[in-house]
Amino acid sequence: MLLRGFPLVPYLCQIFGNAGDETKGRQMPSHMASRSVNQVSWSSCIGTQLPQAVGAAMAARIKGDRTVIAAYLGDGASSEGDFHVAMNFAGVFKAPVVFICQNNHWAISVPTAKQTASESIAVKAVAYGFPGVKVDGNDAVAVYRAVKEALDRARSGGGPTLVECETYRIGAHSSSDDPTRYRDEQEVEQWKKRDPLELLRSRLQAWGLWTARQEDELRAQVLEEVNGAIAEAEKKPDPARESLFDDVYANQPWSLREQREELLASPPAARAKQSP
Amino acid sequence: MPAWNIIQAVNDALRIEMRRDPRVVVMGEDVGKFGGVFRATLGLIEEFGADRVIDTPLAEAGIIGAAIGMAMYGLRPVPEIQFSDFIFPAFDQIVNELAKLRYRSGGQYSAPVVIRTPVGGGIKGGHYHSQSPEALFIHTPGLQVICPSNPVDAKGLLISAIRQDDPVIFMEPKRVYRAAKGEVPEGEYTVPIGEAKVVREGRGMTVIAWGAMLHEAQQAVEQAPELDAELIDLRTLWPLDVERLARSVRKTGRCAIVQEAPRTCGFAAEISALIQERCFTSLEAPIARITGWDTPFPYTLENEYLPLAPRILGALRGLKAYEA
Repeated sequence: MLLRGFPLVPYLCQIFGNAGDETKGRQMPSHMASRSVNQVSWSSCIGTQLPQAVGAAMAARIKGDRTVIAAYLGDGASSEGDFHVAMNFAGVFKAPVVFICQNNHWAISVPTAKQTASESIAVKAVAYGFPGVKVDGNDAVAVYRAVKEALDRARSGGGPTLVECETYRIGAHSSSDDPTRYRDEQEVEQWKKRDPLELLRSRLQAWGLWTARQEDELRAQVLEEVNGAIAEAEKKPDPARESLFDDVYANQPWSLREQREELLASPPAARAKQSP
Repeated sequence: MPAWNIIQAVNDALRIEMRRDPRVVVMGEDVGKFGGVFRATLGLIEEFGADRVIDTPLAEAGIIGAAIGMAMYGLRPVPEIQFSDFIFPAFDQIVNELAKLRYRSGGQYSAPVVIRTPVGGGIKGGHYHSQSPEALFIHTPGLQVICPSNPVDAKGLLISAIRQDDPVIFMEPKRVYRAAKGEVPEGEYTVPIGEAKVVREGRGMTVIAWGAMLHEAQQAVEQAPELDAELIDLRTLWPLDVERLARSVRKTGRCAIVQEAPRTCGFAAEISALIQERCFTSLEAPIARITGWDTPFPYTLENEYLPLAPRILGALRGLKAYEA
């Protein structure tokens, strides 16, 4: 979203779930949505976005638009029924959609070997009648090329592509995760040597496009920007109590109007805390 | 005005809306060349083409998931789930995605999808061609649930559903798909969502029903004019026309609710709670629920399961006789 020009402050406000959040504090952090950058709403239910992406792609074609839909997923999502349903619909309708799978080898504690017996995620596309491509997901240039080719194919009526970007989840799944319980730290150390940012930096430096000084300046500038945005986002209040009842429907039915009155007649609740 | 059945009325509504609005698309299993297993989409593919009348692979989660994506992109999809018993593979897409999209995006996205699906028993369909799952969807914030009992309401409500901006589960009572006939006005008209209809006025008791069971309830109250029953057809299940119901019960003091689905946690239970909250001092008897049993839907014994007119009549006589 940030890459597509979404501003940092409302982005952070979504993480805080406060009144500055375009989605009105309705979802956990990282469940973004903004019409302004064509980012549809995130669900925590894995893979549900995939058939929706195919439907949006079918709609784009029906309307005669050149839009291509990019649908992101992880390795774990490839086990969900919705993944297979979406791949099948995409193949049958030759929908202009590109599935971009970030295979980081771990779905919380479950390794790729326990998600699938296939040799790769990409190979699954073959069964659905369209190309699957596996690339080094830590190589930004390789990812760009593969996705560009897939987008061009979709845009010119050539149908969908599944691009599998192989990478590694260096960190934990979430703040409540403890990867030392289920994986070998040596594996993590091996992958750390192939950090995608390091790879991109050394490549840009080799091409004479990037210097250590430029990087220092950029880091300082971004740090300042982020700190400033956090400070601004933190100042925003929670969404208003009564906003709880907005957007369930386009128009509030009697049941929600009654419940809204009931809530407003009761004392305000203590602020909910994140569980540790 | 032609005497049409519900299938013809649904077909006409779809055709009118597809002619009026190029965003309206129909999709589902067998809806194109075959015209649907109940023929509700007959002839649409010939008029509107395969881009707007889409024969899909056999995957309900795909049908509803794709419909959500289409709706987010600006179309007005009207997917068909061939039997409501087959809606469960799409349950996650309906409950977690379709229903919550407007809310979770802070009102930025919505999915005006109208899911048509035949419901109910009475066609010897066994477990998997007979269920009435309305309560599951009424229980889900963000959804509207409609269940007409006759072709006139079916056409007007389907047109209303397609023209508004929130998702709708449009349940078509297949037991009376062809049996319920009516003088359906030609051309476009709407029946407002959220308005119940008094089918028969009375002062002795209020009888609430919808869909196929409306006809059973009607048969029962007409067989026993001494009950002086007021019969109300809900037409829209959610949002419920609760004020219409409360006005009636305040007048009659007695209330029975007929529901085909299993009793426990069924919609009749919610209606019963809403009425006692609003009409406690007017009630002269406990609210009666005449429902399907808390069993899976049977095959051979389906007429024992269904709350048909004779069972309804017995319960209404009991309600009339009740003295505190």
